Amino acid sequence: MEYIIIIISAIFVNNIVLSQFLGICPFLGVSGKLSTAAGMSGAVMFVMTLATIVTYLIQTFILIPLSIEFLQTITFILVIASLVQMVEIILKKISPALYQALGVFLPLITTNCAILGVALLVIQKDFNLMEGVVYAIANSIGFGLALIVFAGIREQLDMMDIPKGMKGVPISLVVAGLLALAFMGFAGIVK
Amino acid sequence: MNQWKNFSKGFIRENPVFVLVLGMCPTLATTTSAINGLGMGLATTFVLVMSNLSISVFARFIPDKVRIPAFIVIIASFVTIVDLLMSAYFNTPGPNGEASLYDQLGIFIPLIVVNCIVLGRAEAFASKNSILSSLTDGFGIGLGFAFALTLLGAVREILGNGSIFGYSFIKGDGILVFVLAPGAFIALGYLIALINRFKKTS
Repeated sequence: MEYIIIIISAIFVNNIVLSQFLGICPFLGVSGKLSTAAGMSGAVMFVMTLATIVTYLIQTFILIPLSIEFLQTITFILVIASLVQMVEIILKKISPALYQALGVFLPLITTNCAILGVALLVIQKDFNLMEGVVYAIANSIGFGLALIVFAGIREQLDMMDIPKGMKGVPISLVVAGLLALAFMGFAGIVK
Repeated sequence: MNQWKNFSKGFIRENPVFVLVLGMCPTLATTTSAINGLGMGLATTFVLVMSNLSISVFARFIPDKVRIPAFIVIIASFVTIVDLLMSAYFNTPGPNGEASLYDQLGIFIPLIVVNCIVLGRAEAFASKNSILSSLTDGFGIGLGFAFALTLLGAVREILGNGSIFGYSFIKGDGILVFVLAPGAFIALGYLIALINRFKKTS
């Protein structure tokens, strides 16, 4: 039951992009086409889950026993950066097909604040490892959902007649705002 | 004169938020009020100035292949300093029991480390330019970012709460949605459209 609450609240109620404002850069950057949006979501899901597990283990078994929690930021960002690099190398070797699909998005992920954000939130919310993993997966689904819905809208938007000053970024932001408004309708499902 | 140009470009011509559209996460998340926007902007300015300074000093000694990880470590150190400083000095709750600035900015203080503006300036400017130009560049871009955040925070606070910097001047409720998440996107979208309009006419 607890897991279901975590999942629903992470995907719909507190959507990582539309209500927590994490990962806005890829949300605005790679949402031009549906196929790239799907690729990016896949890569984020993969790295986010892995990064959450690794940073959780580092926090519990290295930082806390040595009481050097203040090094959290430095350690986590370095771990995520090297993890992304490692995933890229391993994928290239064992699954060229998957690498073809996700490869171009991997370098972008290091500076995606959603990854570091979720890793920090798991620690902040005092989750155990299993809850942390569920939280990370649910958040990456939420990220994918927002990204893919937004990409679908933007593909339609290209064909519309938009006032000159609003073209590009401004109209995208307003559309994102309306999408966030729609997601606010989920508020109150779980407390 | 050249240094002045270098400093002032961050405000309008190359404003990181309104023109380059970088660092969107803290821009949208922390601008629920003018004071929060200003706090976040100044924290980022500190990191930007210090990291620009140290990177322009050390860039010659860092091998090209490991330069990005090295930059990230330098930036992360200053972010940790800001985090510790803010938890020490900006952690007192307000008079009416509202959350302190440190609590309101919350997770977005450690997330300065993944702000694309900071790493972007390190890579594109500080690693190639003199110490003095890197300093003025850091101040210019940082204060431009703080200016953008304060402006957006003020707009959202005026529309959403009828107040500015905490002083309310309109009786009754504002348009609540501007303080909530959707308002952030919509307010920023219209602000950028307005600035585009002015840029074209000037």
